[in-house]
Amino acid sequence: MLSEQPDETSAPIEENLEQFDLEVAIDEPDRIVPAIEFRDVFLSFDDTPILNGISFTVRRGETKVILGRSGGGKSTIVRLVLGLLKPDSGQIFVDGEDITKYDEHSMMPVRQKIGMVFQEGALFDSLSVYENVAYRLEEQSVAEDEIDLEVRRMLQFVDLEEAIDKMPIELSGGMRRRVGIARALIGDPQIVLFDEPTAGLDPPTARTICELAIKLRDLQDVSSIFVTHEMNNVGYLSSEYAIVDENGQVIFEKEGQKLCLINTEVIMLRDGKIIFNGSDEQLRSSPDEYIQKFIRGK
Amino acid sequence: MNPLKKFLFELQEISLLLWSVFSGLFRKPRYISELIRQMDIIGVGSLPIVLLTGFFTGGVLVLQTFPTLQYYGIHNEAGKSVAISLIRELGPVLTALMVSGRIGSAISAELGSMVVSQQIDAMRALGTDPYKKLVAPRIIALIVMLPLLTAAADIFGIVGAGTVISYVFDQNYDVFIASVRNGITSNDLIGGLIKPFFFGLIIGGIACHKGLTTSGGTVGVGRSTINAVVLSSIWVIIFDFFLAKAIQSILGVGII
Repeated sequence: MLSEQPDETSAPIEENLEQFDLEVAIDEPDRIVPAIEFRDVFLSFDDTPILNGISFTVRRGETKVILGRSGGGKSTIVRLVLGLLKPDSGQIFVDGEDITKYDEHSMMPVRQKIGMVFQEGALFDSLSVYENVAYRLEEQSVAEDEIDLEVRRMLQFVDLEEAIDKMPIELSGGMRRRVGIARALIGDPQIVLFDEPTAGLDPPTARTICELAIKLRDLQDVSSIFVTHEMNNVGYLSSEYAIVDENGQVIFEKEGQKLCLINTEVIMLRDGKIIFNGSDEQLRSSPDEYIQKFIRGK
Repeated sequence: MNPLKKFLFELQEISLLLWSVFSGLFRKPRYISELIRQMDIIGVGSLPIVLLTGFFTGGVLVLQTFPTLQYYGIHNEAGKSVAISLIRELGPVLTALMVSGRIGSAISAELGSMVVSQQIDAMRALGTDPYKKLVAPRIIALIVMLPLLTAAADIFGIVGAGTVISYVFDQNYDVFIASVRNGITSNDLIGGLIKPFFFGLIIGGIACHKGLTTSGGTVGVGRSTINAVVLSSIWVIIFDFFLAKAIQSILGVGII
């Protein structure tokens, strides 16, 4: 989702977004229903508040980057989307469906629409890379030749075709995350949740993971939540976009004079509350001392 | 949380786990290949240790009781005494304790590692119910295989006892076997094979519950494994007393 770069006299970004949403609602009515919506969600563990009235929406094709300190409730948000946890109060909508009161059985069809990339990959140790990636389709009793085709396509997407017969124990940390991404993307879910997918990785591998998230957003129109505490990731996701060049190759370009990214927003959490929700430019120019300290790292 | 509250809470959690396993049996999907794999691991895998335990328990029973029986002049009844002890009590309990040590620990450690490495969450996120995929096959396999392992332990215990009678006390093997056949009734056999069914439930329920509630990383996995083995062993022994009393009342197998 790219927008023409506004000139200096044009309206602020929020107004542009409203205008864009209005146009979308007229052209494609389905797209106006948010992919994910939190309404005043509260959650406590043993009387310790984790989320304290969280409200936000993730629009279709949008990437919402959730920033915050470790233990600040970022991962809890993605676990709530998947129904792995239930809120104490508030409402959670996935694809327009209120999942707040859904039991485990009712959540199964909702989870089919969502891909989840876990922090350490969370690959099944006893299964090979092929079996890990194929897992979702095998559970759905899809035909074996179709599974084979899909697994190879997904491993090609994450550039790991050579690892197809390996066991998770033989993979490096970065490879495990990429297999985790391939497993999350099989079946082409329209919502993907990334739970600190770059934690503990070297910068080039972390960059590769971010590029995969950008490709999903820009080329496959996937809505996603990207949980991280690394500002580098915010920089990649909110300032670069993916396009296919004339040779059919995917290339990444920086937003600038020509185009401005409006499909990536940042949320910052502090003590279970959202203290910022907006673009990365707004984040960087925020006068809030805590935010500036987080950005500078000191 | 005080100990009584904690006990009641854990009992509730294990009961709910068992309920979700049995209510899930009537819903698809069914993981038959996983069930067969677990039956192989639990049944065939535990067979050597169970047979060894049975053989030497039968042997030592005769070794300890034969001189006393001989003193009272009823050494021809040794087969009956050993068979009843084995079939009613020692076979089911010792088999359950061996399986609790070998399989209870393995189940708890495997599920615990999957919890701490987020594999259980990943499984749920991919649309699989871990109770159906992981818990149900293990508990069903335990319920099915434990009575079979107990029967094998009983048979090898009698063979062990017969071997000691023949080679250590130089008695007639046929007299021993005749005493076994005259001594045991069908109610003894039924009582002895009902117990392992409940022991399978206890070991499976506790091991799966402890594994799935693991927290605290790899240290937590170790803690869950110890708790699973200790608790299931203790509860097998406690439950055995009440089961024995119930079987005595219902089947009338208390009198030799």
